[in-house]
Amino acid sequence: MHFHLTAEQVAIQDAVRGTLGECWGMERLHAFADGEADFDAESWQALMALGIGALALPEAEGGAGLGLLDAALVCEVAGEAAAPGPLIGQIVAALAVAQCQDAATRALLPGIASGETVATIALDSNLVQCARTAQLFLADDGAGGLCLIAAGEGVEIEAVSATDRSRPVSRVTFGSAKTYPLFVAGDPMVQRIRDAALVLIAADALGGAQHCTDLSVEYAKTREQFGQPIGRFQGLKHQLAHMMLDVEPARAQVWYAAYGWDAGLPDATRAAAMAKAHLCEVYTRTTRAAIAAHGGIGYTWEYGLNYWFRRSVHNRAWLGSPAQHRARAAQLAGW
Amino acid sequence: MDLSYGEAAEAFRKEVRGFIKAAWQPGELRGAELKDHIRAFRRAAIEQGYLYRSVPKRYGGSEQPVDVIRAQVIREEFGRARAPMEVGGNGVNMTVPTLLEKGTEEQRELFIRPTIEGDYIWGQGYSEPGSGSDLASVRTKAELSADGSKWIVNGQKIWTSQGMQATHMFMLVRTEPDAPKHDGITYLLMDLNQPGVTRRPIRQMTGEQGSHTFCEFFFDNAEAPVSWQVGERGQGWYVSRTTLKHERASIGSADGLGSQFRKLVELAQEMGRIGDPLVRDRLAEIEGRVLSHRYTSFRLFSCAAAGEDPGAVPLLMKLLLTEIGHDIALLAQDLIGEEGMTEPLGAGGRGPRGPRGPNKWLDQIMGSLGNSIAGGASNIQRNIIGERGLGLPRDLAMSAEK
Repeated sequence: MHFHLTAEQVAIQDAVRGTLGECWGMERLHAFADGEADFDAESWQALMALGIGALALPEAEGGAGLGLLDAALVCEVAGEAAAPGPLIGQIVAALAVAQCQDAATRALLPGIASGETVATIALDSNLVQCARTAQLFLADDGAGGLCLIAAGEGVEIEAVSATDRSRPVSRVTFGSAKTYPLFVAGDPMVQRIRDAALVLIAADALGGAQHCTDLSVEYAKTREQFGQPIGRFQGLKHQLAHMMLDVEPARAQVWYAAYGWDAGLPDATRAAAMAKAHLCEVYTRTTRAAIAAHGGIGYTWEYGLNYWFRRSVHNRAWLGSPAQHRARAAQLAGW
Repeated sequence: MDLSYGEAAEAFRKEVRGFIKAAWQPGELRGAELKDHIRAFRRAAIEQGYLYRSVPKRYGGSEQPVDVIRAQVIREEFGRARAPMEVGGNGVNMTVPTLLEKGTEEQRELFIRPTIEGDYIWGQGYSEPGSGSDLASVRTKAELSADGSKWIVNGQKIWTSQGMQATHMFMLVRTEPDAPKHDGITYLLMDLNQPGVTRRPIRQMTGEQGSHTFCEFFFDNAEAPVSWQVGERGQGWYVSRTTLKHERASIGSADGLGSQFRKLVELAQEMGRIGDPLVRDRLAEIEGRVLSHRYTSFRLFSCAAAGEDPGAVPLLMKLLLTEIGHDIALLAQDLIGEEGMTEPLGAGGRGPRGPRGPNKWLDQIMGSLGNSIAGGASNIQRNIIGERGLGLPRDLAMSAEK
C-alpha cells in the first residue's frame, strides 16, 4: 500500500519548480503575454533539459521509465507557474509514438523525447496551442484513429487573439499534409492516449488552483484593513478554507487517475474523465475565489492572477467541458 | 503508487478469515444466548490480537504493536462477516484512551475492562445549554464536600449520545470559579445511577425520540469521589484534549460515503430518473467530491502506514464529509419528489419499523444538517482549517482569550 508521493517524486517536482523559478517569473509572463510569440524557447529548452519529454517513456526507448503519474506531477508544477509551451502535447505525443508500431512514425521518437521536435494536441478542436511553432500535431486521422500531422504544406494556421496568454492558440486547418499513422480506430491505445491527455490537463488545473490558493492566503496574511490582516476576518478566512477544502482533496483524485492509467486499472478511462471534469470545476471556482479574495488588485492586469484565470478557462474547454466528461462518466458507469 | 496491501497483509487476512469462520457461529441464537456468544467471540478475538489492540493486556486488551494495515484488514474482514467488532461508542473511543494517557492506576483498573466488555456505557458531559461552540464556557459547578472526599455537582449537560443507556459520564465541571476560563475546569467521572441525576431525552427535528436519541442531564447535588477526577484539579480542559492517535487512520468513512453514494444512484434508478441528463450530471458532480474524499482517505491511510506526517489534510475531512452529505441530501430530495411529503413509520433512523419507501431518505436529508453541528460545527471547522491549516491569524474574539 502506497498512496502518497515518494521522496523521488517530491524531488522531481522541486527540480521542475526550481527550473521554472529561474526562467519563468511574473516579469517573463507579462512580457510573453504582451508579445507576439506563441512559444518561449528558453523555458522550453530548460524543461526539456530535465528530460521531461522522455520522463514517461520506457527505459528501452531511452526514457526514464517513470509513469503518467510522474508526468502529471510535472504538469502540476507547470500549471502552478503558468508555464508556456505545449508540455501536455509533448508528453502525450511521446507516449503515443513509443507505443506505435509504424517505423516511419517511430523514427520521430528521439526528436520528441529530447524536445527538439515540438508536438501539440490538435484533437476535437481547431484551436491549437503553440501551433505556429509546433512541428507535429496529434490529431484524429479522420476515421476515429490517431495520427501525427507534420507542420508545413497542407497545414494552414490563422492567428487569433488567445484567451490563455501563457499557451496561445491559433486556428489550424489541415489539408493534404504529411501524416504519420499512430493507431487505427478500435485500437485501445486511441482511448488511452486521450485519457492521458485528460489526466495531464487535470494535473495542470490542480497546480494552478493550488497556486491561486497560495497567493490568496499570502495576501490575506499581509494585507491590512481596519488595522488587521484581512485573513483574521472570518468572512474571508472561511472563503480561503473552502478553497483549500476544494483543492487539497482533489489532489488525490489526480493521483488516482494517473495511477489508474499506469496500472491499467479497469476504471482508468472513467477516472480520467472524472478527474478532468472535477479538477476543471475546482480550477474555475478557485481562480474566481482568488480574485474575489484579493479585491481590486486581483482585478488588475498587472498583478497577474488573470493569467491563471485565463488558463482555467482554456483548460475547462480543452478536450471537452466538465459536463461532457460527466456525461461520459455516467455512461461508463452504466447508469 | 500501489493500492494493494501487500503479501504479508493478504496472508494475515487469510488468518483473520479462518478465525472468524471458526469462532463466529451465531446461527439461530437469540437473546441471552446470542449475547453470550458475542461475548465469547470478542474474548477469543482479543486473544488473537484482533480487538482493543491499543489497550494493555492487564486491562483486558490485546496490546499489539501499531500496524494500521493489519488494523484495516481486521476491520474489513470483521465487517464482511458481520462479526462483532469492538463495542465502540464514547467509552472505547474517548474514556479508555483518556484513562490510558491521563488516568490513575485505580481508575484504569476500575473502568477499562467493564468498558471494553460493554458493561459500562459512557455519556459525554461536555456541552451545556448556552455553551455551544464555546465549550470552555462550562457552568456546571463542582464543589468539594466538607470532608474533601467527594465532588458535589450542580448544573446541566446536554446532547449526550446514548444518554438513556449510559451508566457513567465523563464530564467537564467548573471547580475554580475565579480562575481564567480554561484553567478552572476539572475532568470528572460519574456514576449516573444515583438520586442526584435526572435524564431526559431530547426530541430531535427528525422526530427521533425515546431510548436512542440524545439526552439532557440535570445534576442536583450529584456526587463523584475525588479519586474519580482525571488529571489535576483545574486542568480538565487539557485532559479533554487528549485524542486517540493509535491506528486511527482507516478508510471506514470513505467506504460509508461510497455506499451512501451508490444508494443515491439506486434511488435515481428506482424513481425512474436515471435517464434524465440533469440527474446524471448532478450525480457525477457529487461523485467528483465523493472520489476526492475516498482517494484522500487512501492518502491519509498510506501516510499513517508509512509513519509519515500528512500535514494539514486531516483537518479537512470532517467538513468535506459534511458538505458532501448536504449535496447528497439536496439531490435525494429532488429525486424522491412528492414521496417526501410523507414520512415513513418510525421516522428518525433507528428503531423498529415497517417496510420503507423512498421517503426513508428524509432521515439522511434531515440528518445531514446534524452533521454541520455535531462534533465541531462547520464554521468552527472553517476556522480550524483557516488557522491551523493555512496559518491565518486567529480570530480576535478567541485570541483575546488565550
